[in-house]
Amino acid sequence: MDLVSLLAVLDSAVRLSIPLLCACLAGLWSERSGVVDIGLEGKMLVAAFAAGAAAHASGSAIAGLFAGLAASVAFALVHGFSAISQRGNQIVSGVAINMLAAGLTAIVGNAWYHQGGRTPPVDGAARFGEITLPGAEALSGIPLLGPLYREVVSGHSLLVYLAILAVIATWWTLARTRFGLRLRAVGENPAAVDTAGISVAGLRYAAVVLAGLLCGLGGTYLALAQAAGFLPHMTAGKGFIALAALIFAKWRAWPALGACLLFGLLDAVAIRIEGVPLPVIGRVPVQAIQALPYLMTVVLLAGFIGRAVPPRASGIPYVKER
Amino acid sequence: MSTPIDLPRWADVILVPALSVAAAFAVAGLVVAGIGEDPFTATRLLIAGSLGSVEGVGFTLYYTTNFIFTGLAVALAYHAGLFNIGGEGQATVAGIGAALVCLYADFLPGVLLIPAGILGAAAFGALWGFVPGYLQARRGSHIVITTIMFNFLAATLIVYLVVNVIGERGVTETRAFARHAVIPYVHEALRALGIAAPTSPLNFTFLLALAAAAGVWALVYRSRLGYAIRTVGANPSAAVYAGISPARMIMVAMTLSGALAGGLAVNELMGVQHRLLLEFTSGYGFVGIAVALMGRAHPAGVIFAALLFGVLYQGGAELAFDMPAITRDMVVVIGGVIVLFAGALEGLFRRLAARLVALGTGFVAARRVRTAEEG
Repeated sequence: MDLVSLLAVLDSAVRLSIPLLCACLAGLWSERSGVVDIGLEGKMLVAAFAAGAAAHASGSAIAGLFAGLAASVAFALVHGFSAISQRGNQIVSGVAINMLAAGLTAIVGNAWYHQGGRTPPVDGAARFGEITLPGAEALSGIPLLGPLYREVVSGHSLLVYLAILAVIATWWTLARTRFGLRLRAVGENPAAVDTAGISVAGLRYAAVVLAGLLCGLGGTYLALAQAAGFLPHMTAGKGFIALAALIFAKWRAWPALGACLLFGLLDAVAIRIEGVPLPVIGRVPVQAIQALPYLMTVVLLAGFIGRAVPPRASGIPYVKER
Repeated sequence: MSTPIDLPRWADVILVPALSVAAAFAVAGLVVAGIGEDPFTATRLLIAGSLGSVEGVGFTLYYTTNFIFTGLAVALAYHAGLFNIGGEGQATVAGIGAALVCLYADFLPGVLLIPAGILGAAAFGALWGFVPGYLQARRGSHIVITTIMFNFLAATLIVYLVVNVIGERGVTETRAFARHAVIPYVHEALRALGIAAPTSPLNFTFLLALAAAAGVWALVYRSRLGYAIRTVGANPSAAVYAGISPARMIMVAMTLSGALAGGLAVNELMGVQHRLLLEFTSGYGFVGIAVALMGRAHPAGVIFAALLFGVLYQGGAELAFDMPAITRDMVVVIGGVIVLFAGALEGLFRRLAARLVALGTGFVAARRVRTAEEG
């Protein structure tokens, strides 16, 4: 494989990893606060739909982004209400979110646009265009690093850089701020946080809303940067791969970036080698590579290689009087 | 819940699910009204399409068959305290099992081949349920995450097999099963008896589904094993004191759950499609979660809920002719709302039911006092 196609694979790995990264960070916030969220998929899907519809109506990508964020946060609040206020089963609530999102986007999309559930294609200012970072051309003369910077680091949409910023912000907030410390504590031992006079529900709601915002970012990216409008079921399981990445990253921000880039790379390679025989091993079925993230997660969770331990209080509703 | 709400049994069994289903239909009605259609006309068309003709009833019961199997699969695991959302994957792998038997053992006569195909489906589905059960019981991995991953693994596995190994060249399906591997249609049997019956996909797998429901009932409520499973579900530490191994019960429940999900493959592939094709599970596994929650994990409740979803599925398909804006995705929405109301927000509806019951008993008591004073 020559340098040009290697860079192309790396570039598409970055692009494919961004929705995973957004959903993975969303899951990280939620689960670190003790709320299990398997509704990442659904929240990304409603965000993608809202972003596609709003961008089509207004012609503005930013309006699309805000609509995406709002739709995703609305669904996140439903999850928060049932998981935090009503102390319902968080897995069941997540399943409900996914079903509602899949059904509602298809129904409403079909009723509004009569295009089999998709939103009308958008372009120009209604999409997030590619941004060329400063110096991309000037530095491209440097061997290896120059093209790497131009092809892989530069030339993505605003949302990609926002997602990377979100990694830094997540790490810094959780590791270095009072809010982050309390949030982590609430996911490990909510009773201790409650005893200290800090609202368990308040912290968990904050985390759930942040998860909604991040899923909104991921969904908007799918509809307005990767594609040109919403397509039915366009999340295609990314919210679940993000859960796998979260387990891989052991609920930490920087490893989450690594895991999502790895899964994005697998995806990019799978697309690349479809039908192409490789040296030594011959033709590798594309499904084998597609199955790898799921298989690796199962192996990791089972503790055959390493051990992934979730936050201690995740999935358990907090009951004050006990 | 911090304080369990005590309800009379009738309220627990009927009032709570009825309230959440009514609320779910109210939400669905709002969605229908929101996209500019009349919910009452839609309901009328839906009922007419699903129950208004013999043909409609045939289709409805065919869908009901699928929902009974996936609902029972979720319900049985639920009794062991497990949330099996791997019904899709288990049914997919069960389809591979059924297809392998029907394609490569078709030298057997029909009386042996059909049971062998059903057993093949059950065995493969059971395997796909057993592995997550084993991983939960012995390795401590969370059943929900593992079953999600197994859904995706099953989806890639079937694509690989059908495209590269057992499928026909150029199409994403296998060759048709032999004629004697096919489970007969009900309308064919009726016509053989001289009764005119319209064509529908309803086949004798429906009776298998009812038998499975009876079997699950006997197992869960009338057998030693079922008692052990329920004990583990209610309180694993108490089960240990009673000499029951939670790990074993988890594996047993997940294995049986996977086998039940395999019934979906039997109905779809051996009953209707007569070949293995991709995505034949088409979301029945997920709706099964709604069916089990609405039926409160009781086989009778599951049959009732499955019938309701069968009506919605068939009625929804008919409805789409008259109101193109309402597609079958409406069923997914209703399923989602039922999962939310009957599952996640169960406490809210229990409290509502408790208030209604209190109001009712208060009213009765007040009237008794008044008649006593007057008399």
